[in-house]
Amino acid sequence: MTQAAAVENKKTKKRRFTFKRHYFAFPYFFLSGLFIVIPLIILFVYAFRGADGGFTFSNFASFFTTPHVLRAMGNSLLIGFATTALCLALAYPVALILANSRFNKTMILVLMFVLPMYINSLLRTLAIKSLFDIMGIENNFWRITIAHVYDFFPFMLLPIYTVLVNMDKSYLEASNDLGGNTLKTWARVTLPLSVPGIVSGILMVFMPTVSMFAVRDIVINREEWPMFGNIIDGMFRTESMYGLGSAYAMILLVMVMVTMVVAGRVNAKRQREVQGK
Amino acid sequence: MKLKQKKPRKKLTLNQRRKIQKSFALSFVFIVLAVMYVPILLIIVFSFTNTRSGRIGDWGGFSMQLYSNMLQNRELMGALGNTLMIAVLSALFATLLGTISAVGIHFLKRRVKAAAKTLNQIIVVNADIVTAVAFMLFFFVIGFRQFGYTTLILAHTMITMPFVILTVSPRLNQLNPSLYDAGLDLGAGPMRTLFKVILPQLIPAMIAAFAIAFTLSVDDFVVTKFNNGGASGLHTLSTYLYTSFKRPNVGQQLRALSSVIFILSFVVLLIINFRAKRKAKKARLPVVAPPTPTTTA
Repeated sequence: MTQAAAVENKKTKKRRFTFKRHYFAFPYFFLSGLFIVIPLIILFVYAFRGADGGFTFSNFASFFTTPHVLRAMGNSLLIGFATTALCLALAYPVALILANSRFNKTMILVLMFVLPMYINSLLRTLAIKSLFDIMGIENNFWRITIAHVYDFFPFMLLPIYTVLVNMDKSYLEASNDLGGNTLKTWARVTLPLSVPGIVSGILMVFMPTVSMFAVRDIVINREEWPMFGNIIDGMFRTESMYGLGSAYAMILLVMVMVTMVVAGRVNAKRQREVQGK
Repeated sequence: MKLKQKKPRKKLTLNQRRKIQKSFALSFVFIVLAVMYVPILLIIVFSFTNTRSGRIGDWGGFSMQLYSNMLQNRELMGALGNTLMIAVLSALFATLLGTISAVGIHFLKRRVKAAAKTLNQIIVVNADIVTAVAFMLFFFVIGFRQFGYTTLILAHTMITMPFVILTVSPRLNQLNPSLYDAGLDLGAGPMRTLFKVILPQLIPAMIAAFAIAFTLSVDDFVVTKFNNGGASGLHTLSTYLYTSFKRPNVGQQLRALSSVIFILSFVVLLIINFRAKRKAKKARLPVVAPPTPTTTA
């Protein structure tokens, strides 16, 4: 095709419909709108719907006035905090060691930590339950918490490891040259630089634990320590309770959004500090 | 062992100190690793016993009974079949739709692109149970009551598609932007260029995305539980396990099934990783790592 012909061609094409690359995003917007945004809007509407079908705030009010619901939320938060703290306390040192080329030169160990993520989490929960039974761990709180730690450990480890292994090692050398010992280097250089990893690790452990209920149902036999997820699950068994259940789900959604915003703030602040200095 | 031989008199040399540090560090890692693998090993060991073993820890003698019982349990095998079918189909749909979407999003204008990426994060960061009940209410409101394959495949496609997009997008960013123009210059239309030039280069990313979508679908419990039509509805492995693990015979058969799944996935993943390791050696990152949600949208 000569240049002139190409120009000619372009001119005639202008009138017809021409396919553009970004049109490929249209099905995406359609699908996401229909199956992700609209369901969330329906959830929002139902949260303000009473048992009689009218508009009401009572679904949200009942969250604050029903003792067993509040207790379940308390349980979930407590287990969420404990799980996150334990995961972090275990995963950070492991990540630090795995990312240090002096201790670990191969990928095999990292891979060993990642592999269990690919096994159905309920099967893994069943496995840790059998360990509890053998070891005679009877305390319900610890059974639930350890089971969650067992399930979520790789999700805390991986982001921290990724950040640490990609960290510019010349910072450490610089700190050493300037007279910082190992502890000081860690506190002043490594820790601040690993904050993004810690933040995304916490995000991947905390809210998923708070909203989880299957793990609790497997490791605990009796009706003790109900979690917030159990309450929502119970609400969606009878049609007249859908409004209440939606309101409780909205509360979880708000909590997710709050944690995301807080995490974003922490990361942005950290970034400004790193760049500012 | 070397530590025992020499009793330090005055000061340890730097080399010795480093060796001690290394052994401490590695033993910590190995202890954590051991705790992770002990439950799995327990299940595997106690899958080779007989039905007299009421719970793990009671050894009833070596037998393959649990494996043959597992194969005869129709409900369990049905749930396994459902799990695989739903996972394969939804991962396939998610990979195709997700890849096309990722291409489209890649070429959007900056603002719209940012909006699309935020939209994509909704499923990734949202609590599973919220997504699950939202789907359930959606089907309820539009009057679609046949909870089963349709609802599950649809829901699983939608919850795995964002991860496909997150996997394919980075690869698109790495592509040489002039390739597309080269395709046009050489006389291929936009569509043909996309299918002949862009898509072939995305195939490795698409395979990885399929694997991630498949695992997420198999692993899903909450979305399945709310959209399978209840206890009498369609069961996948997760929901079957959840409803019947307390029945002693099912509990025993699940040991056998877990062992098969554990060993199978380990072998597959090890093969994949060691094959891909040579290529990824520089990156020092596990090849089979699911994408983590980014905190800054």
